[in-house]
Amino acid sequence: MGILEVKGVGKRFGGLQALGDVNLSVAESTVHAIIGPNGAGKSTLLNCLVGKLIPDTGSVLFDGKSVLGRKPHEINQMGISRVFQTPEIFADLSVLENVMIPCFAKRDGAFRLHAIESVENEKSLQDKAEEMLADVNMLEKRNMLASALSRGDKRRLEMAMCLVQDPRLLLLDEPTAGMARADTNNTIDLLKEINDKRDITMCIIEHDMHVVFSLAERITVLAQGTPLVEDTPENIKGHPKVREAYLGEAQV
Amino acid sequence: MTDQTTDTGAVRASAPKTKAASGRVLGLGGKDLSLFLLVLGLALFAPFILNPFPEGSALSQFNAGYPDLMQRFVIFGIFAIGFNILFGLTGYLSFGHAAFLGVGSYAGIWMMKLLTTNVIPAIIGSIVVAGLFALIVGFISLRRSGIYFSILTLAFAMMSFALAYSVLTPITGGETGLQLKYFDPRILDAELAPGNPPRANLFGLNMTSSYELELGSWVFTFNAGYYLAAFMMLLAFYLSIRIFRSPFGMMLRAVKSNQNRLNYTGISSKPYTLAAFVISGMYAGLAGGLLVAMDTQVGAERMFWTASGEVVLMTILGGAGTLIGPVLGAGFIKYFENIISKINSTVLHDWFAFLPDGLENVVVAIIYPFVGKGWHLTLGLLFMLVVIFLPGGLVQGGQKLATVFRRDKNAGSVESDAAKKQPGHPGE
Repeated sequence: MGILEVKGVGKRFGGLQALGDVNLSVAESTVHAIIGPNGAGKSTLLNCLVGKLIPDTGSVLFDGKSVLGRKPHEINQMGISRVFQTPEIFADLSVLENVMIPCFAKRDGAFRLHAIESVENEKSLQDKAEEMLADVNMLEKRNMLASALSRGDKRRLEMAMCLVQDPRLLLLDEPTAGMARADTNNTIDLLKEINDKRDITMCIIEHDMHVVFSLAERITVLAQGTPLVEDTPENIKGHPKVREAYLGEAQV
Repeated sequence: MTDQTTDTGAVRASAPKTKAASGRVLGLGGKDLSLFLLVLGLALFAPFILNPFPEGSALSQFNAGYPDLMQRFVIFGIFAIGFNILFGLTGYLSFGHAAFLGVGSYAGIWMMKLLTTNVIPAIIGSIVVAGLFALIVGFISLRRSGIYFSILTLAFAMMSFALAYSVLTPITGGETGLQLKYFDPRILDAELAPGNPPRANLFGLNMTSSYELELGSWVFTFNAGYYLAAFMMLLAFYLSIRIFRSPFGMMLRAVKSNQNRLNYTGISSKPYTLAAFVISGMYAGLAGGLLVAMDTQVGAERMFWTASGEVVLMTILGGAGTLIGPVLGAGFIKYFENIISKINSTVLHDWFAFLPDGLENVVVAIIYPFVGKGWHLTLGLLFMLVVIFLPGGLVQGGQKLATVFRRDKNAGSVESDAAKKQPGHPGE
């Protein structure tokens, strides 16, 4: 039984069946990739996992508990963190504050009226955030405004914000979308590094084959809202159905 | 470490030359403490600072050191400080905050009518009732954001105004408003001597009592009501600094910056924004209560939408999201409202009497629309100039001046950073 169990999930938008009957199991401490052509339903599936959409049918269990009908912040509190296609950070806050907010969320829950205490007295959280920044090589930038960071650093910062919460599952939504090859490779290295250091469970939604085959241990191929196959990267590469549905003439 | 966490600016590890390193006083870091002491000094010595011109001189009409105006400075300062906690930190633009001020005033005057003319219960009552009202309005309005939130708050304020003006006349006095009367119950107070009107007091100290100090041709007025209001303003200002520097304040800034990320980080943004809304409503209630404590009367026009707009102007003019900006903005607007509006055509003719007659009339005719009843025109032009050239408000202007004089561009602060970050600033 995996940490994330998706069973018979279907979602319809008007006349469009975005997801048919998706079954998926993500085992703990693995990197699981979900690939598929445009319109395959990857993003819809991800949005069903994080509480942005509620599927019409089926169930999504995280660690044995249903996530359906829960709000994004509740799902995060269960231990699922999400990385967005374009980095979502607090652009008007400093890098250190960006990382401290998830620390507060982890320690204090979804709401606490700590209006009189000073942030400066939260030494332990500050240390934790700085440690995390050191881990992604951004410690010297801690006092910079996040909006002033380069695109690659914004991505690193967002990763740091997710990782500092020690999530049990990290969801990544096309983390290299729109990136130049060099940036993509940097992101792959970052993710590999994270995976080696932390033994974290990751679920990557991705379009870019290069990324998927460099990282994933298991791959699910989604096409037209239903999973075609689920297998190891080696087997997926040579799978005739996959070539037909997705890879086509792509060089892999 | 003290200089690191709360600063949102560019690299500034080089700035701890203030008292930051030597620990904290009252829980404030070095820069905040200096800012607080500055405001404390201004508030304490306002009767001197605002009366720079000798009595009877041509410039004495620019003196603002009389009790009524000084009280307005600090009371509207409180109003703007509270508004800034909501608008400056979370970015939610409420267009109905005058409703909380008005509700606070009504609650205050009823406390004085029913219980005692001592202002303490009145002020407490104002804060509590305005807070409860803000809880209801906020709970509903915060279901939406952006322009829809603004419109919802505006609708609530206009409903409150309409109710106070007509339907709820038995409670609010309708058009005539409410005043303290000789025959009010005042169950905690002793019987008044006949013919003695009830007066707002602090344990017997009359709010209108003043001490006048004559120094040469200067007259300085120290008013009990002003100092009570100034004390409250300092308390409110101190609390607002603490809120700005707290984890709660950080969450509010995160709401403004990226609410989506905040939700996906495990924070429920609604209770944070609602708490900010209620806190700023309580500030408005405090301001309303103090207004009543000073002049012991309320009218519904206090809740009119222009009053809500005024606090928005004050905050933006001073610098939204900065600590001291709202206080400056409130002082600026109230000064213009009271001083420029006093200048009439007789005064203008006096000023320009040295010019040849024909020219004098021309000059007066040109200036006249901008003063007296036309003071809004002057204020509007100034507001436009500030928004276009100093989107961060007066605080940004002060910061620019400071850099010119000090040539020390690294010494930014949260004030300048918040000021620089205003939307629409072409430099970003």
